[in-house]
Amino acid sequence: MSTAVSTTEEVHAHGHDHGHDHEHEHHELGFIRKYIFSEDHKTIAKQYLISGILWAFIGGSLSIIFRLQLGFPDMSLEWLRPILGEWIDESGKLDKEFYLALVTMHGTIMVFFVLTAGLSGTFSNFLIPLQIGARDMASGFINMLSYWFFALSSVIMFSSLFIETGPASGGWVIYPPLSALPQAMPGSGLGMTLWLTSMALFIVSQLMGGINYICTIINLRTRGMTFTKMPLTIWSFFFTAVLGLLSFPVLLSAALLLIFDRSFGTSFYLSEIYIQGQALPNMGGSPILYQHLFWFLGHPEVYIVLLPALGMTSEVIATNSRKPIFGYRAMIGSMMGITVLAFIVWAHHMFVTGMNPFLGSVFMFLTLIIAVPSAVKGFNYITTLWKGNIVFTPAMLFSIGLVSLFISGGVTGIILGNSALDINLHDTYFVVAHFHLVMGAASFFGLMAGVYHWFPKMFGRMMNKTAGYIHFWLTFVGVYLVFFPMHYTGIAGFPRRYYSFTALGNDGESAFTDLNAFISIAAIITFSAQAIFFFNFFYSIFKGKRSTQNPWKSNTLEWTAPIVPGHGNWEGEIPAVYRWPYDYSKPGSEADFIPQTVPHSATPESNLPEENDEIAKEKEIESLLAAQNESYNR
Amino acid sequence: MNYLVGLLSVVFFILAITVISKSLKLNKNLSGENESDSALDSHNNTNAFGFLLFWLFGTIAGVWSFLHSKPDFLPVAASEHGVKTDSMFWISMAVVTFAFFITNSLLFFFAFQYRNDKNRKATFYPVNHKLEIIWTIIPAIVMAILVFTGWRTWRDITSQAPSNAVVIEVTGHQFGWYVRYAGNDDSQLGNINYKLIDETNSLGLDFTDKNSFDDFTANELHLPKGVPVLLKIRAQDVLHSVYLPFQRVKMDAVPGMPTKFWFTPTISTDEMRAKLGKKDFNFKLNCTEICGRGHFGMAITVFVDEPADYKKWVSEQKPFLTMNPAYLSKVPENLKAKASKYIPAEPIAADSTATEAVSVK
Repeated sequence: MSTAVSTTEEVHAHGHDHGHDHEHEHHELGFIRKYIFSEDHKTIAKQYLISGILWAFIGGSLSIIFRLQLGFPDMSLEWLRPILGEWIDESGKLDKEFYLALVTMHGTIMVFFVLTAGLSGTFSNFLIPLQIGARDMASGFINMLSYWFFALSSVIMFSSLFIETGPASGGWVIYPPLSALPQAMPGSGLGMTLWLTSMALFIVSQLMGGINYICTIINLRTRGMTFTKMPLTIWSFFFTAVLGLLSFPVLLSAALLLIFDRSFGTSFYLSEIYIQGQALPNMGGSPILYQHLFWFLGHPEVYIVLLPALGMTSEVIATNSRKPIFGYRAMIGSMMGITVLAFIVWAHHMFVTGMNPFLGSVFMFLTLIIAVPSAVKGFNYITTLWKGNIVFTPAMLFSIGLVSLFISGGVTGIILGNSALDINLHDTYFVVAHFHLVMGAASFFGLMAGVYHWFPKMFGRMMNKTAGYIHFWLTFVGVYLVFFPMHYTGIAGFPRRYYSFTALGNDGESAFTDLNAFISIAAIITFSAQAIFFFNFFYSIFKGKRSTQNPWKSNTLEWTAPIVPGHGNWEGEIPAVYRWPYDYSKPGSEADFIPQTVPHSATPESNLPEENDEIAKEKEIESLLAAQNESYNR
Repeated sequence: MNYLVGLLSVVFFILAITVISKSLKLNKNLSGENESDSALDSHNNTNAFGFLLFWLFGTIAGVWSFLHSKPDFLPVAASEHGVKTDSMFWISMAVVTFAFFITNSLLFFFAFQYRNDKNRKATFYPVNHKLEIIWTIIPAIVMAILVFTGWRTWRDITSQAPSNAVVIEVTGHQFGWYVRYAGNDDSQLGNINYKLIDETNSLGLDFTDKNSFDDFTANELHLPKGVPVLLKIRAQDVLHSVYLPFQRVKMDAVPGMPTKFWFTPTISTDEMRAKLGKKDFNFKLNCTEICGRGHFGMAITVFVDEPADYKKWVSEQKPFLTMNPAYLSKVPENLKAKASKYIPAEPIAADSTATEAVSVK
């Protein structure tokens, strides 16, 4: 608690340690280098977060527009003409192509720009240096480039919403040949070109971010911060970065081949196509090849958005239950298992695409194996709550919500992963319900938990708690009301990406007219409830109550840094780490938490027998100080 | 409307909680208690009760909404494999619903039960290897059983079609389906070639192949009841997907890569009409792979006939060559004699293989 306190002399000495180039920078940083082209991980994290929040509102409002069509197919949307213009047709209805564009852009924005960049980009950047005890990322410059590539990619994707032929409209998976042939739909013209350009830049951004996260975690941990003393957040960011680094290049290759097919006349994905009265010359390509390449990223992507949420939740749940996370090593092991398995389950998205059924069998076996580590995580969260002393901060509420959504959406994965059952359910609303709960909503709840929990560290102020509670309850109830009933329409055989369900015939659509209207109303209320967060967030940045140094009484390293950490994060030496991050309510200890910086020699009353051996290592840890400083002065 | 009432009551319920908690807070503030620096505040119990209430109302809403929606689920499967996958689906659903209910209940109950109490200290309980092993092994065993039964069913469904299977070709295009039968004389589908497609020959039938001569096309799908049917599936332009919801059949249509799915329809259209009490009921073939503007309307009607009725219908159909005698010119010299038997003495009006694409403009 007080180990990080240093005397002014030390601070002064430290300033000299840093060498002259650094000192020079400290004084010369202008507005642009400080807030725009910043190399400071904290500023970059905030840039990611605010971009992510803005994208979330865009992506969310797109979904509200198509929910209006699905819930109220007879409603006149004439009032949206000032915004959507020609996309509202003469009869006052949403244009059918634009409906598909909305679905596509909603998916793209939410998966990549909100839950990948907004979630992992924000918290990997913010928490990795602060929780492992580093002054900044391994390469601040590459980190800055990572954000600005993302920003460029965002601008391109955003601009595609405004072109005359509309944005990409072939679904977020952009399967060719639909996405490869501009004559197949207008959205496959310029809109798709912009989509591919934007995604290529996005992937570059992710790779630069990912390599930085991995290097930082491996190389820049403070003295004493061994891998087994890292918070689960850091473990999850590490696995996320590994997943991204290995799978995003494959998406890039898929996108490049698609660009070649579209612009340079190759036939990677095209074969024997007759369209618009014309037989195309392309022979020998395979649309299935694209699907393999896409899902080789697409499936790990699910865990890229989910693992950081799970990691942060572990931290928040342990802190607010005032209990160690149950099964720390099992949690790491299951995340490692998920990471490895994530690479070998991708074809479960393709059971009925015409892929060899034998491959389907293999992927069914592998897919259901991944349910085991996921189940272990769920059980461990629940056991962490057991006999805790739970403080319901907004972050804690969102974390418990995440666990509930993770379970509720996860169990249906066991059904969908079974290829025989997937035949009927593939591409129905059952799938929509499944992935929105387990990946969409759960990750979003993780994002919210993270924002509420680390807001004080980011801005030195507190968010309003009561508004947080209201936001949570409306969102939690709302998310269930939106996605739970979708299982029913799925079981009734309603396909996704349908503008209306009239062609199902036999008056099938009327059975669920009420339900669809209900889902749409619930979606509108849930979306509107996010305004509470929006105002709370921006208001609290400037006017929130000032935070204390460690408002949640947490053990991890970031709370030993100044309330608003400056450049380099810690004034004076970076604190050393002596223990794991989950010593909450330790028997024998007076306080109900013992930060990682407290040596075991200072807590003889609460040490477990094996921990007394750790005391001998403290000297060793302290002796690393010189080497550590050395590494920053090189 | 029921749903709206339900939703509104939930919203008002939440608002009520908010108002109560807000006034509680005001009371606290009036009594001068300062809680500003603590993560713990007077709402802690309210939030804990919230989880309990969420659990209670969630359970009621879940059960009620399921029972309410159940009559509108797909009716009993109209194919042999569909009956098996349906029963497996509901067994798996029971297993996962059990797991879902138990785990969520524990989650909410623990959240409520172990809400903060100043006089209590949390139990330091970091690990229990036995527990970890138990709940690794139990899901693993359950999963293994589910996978194994699923795999056997999948293997049967995707096995080779029986040799007596009726072969029917379905071709997806923007935005409709072409259906082609092997004809009355041979049971072989002739070759097709996408480069031969023109306005009339919309499938690109290749008349250098003698098997094409008796092939006929249709704009609705007729299937014989109780006989295995092998659907050969093609696409002309972009991906489509054949979905027969009532028969639980789904397979993508891929340009350049023919796919297939075989199944045995078990309930005829008439029987289904009687069963559902809907006189105008019809099976449908829908598209489930996004394919453009008209995706949602890309459907044709499917008739499952008694085998005798099916035979009768097939025998009434005229080969494409009979309907469009001009294509005799595409037949090579050595096969002309064989082909000419399909050419009617009196030329009949040419007819294109129209499809029942739903107008989407």
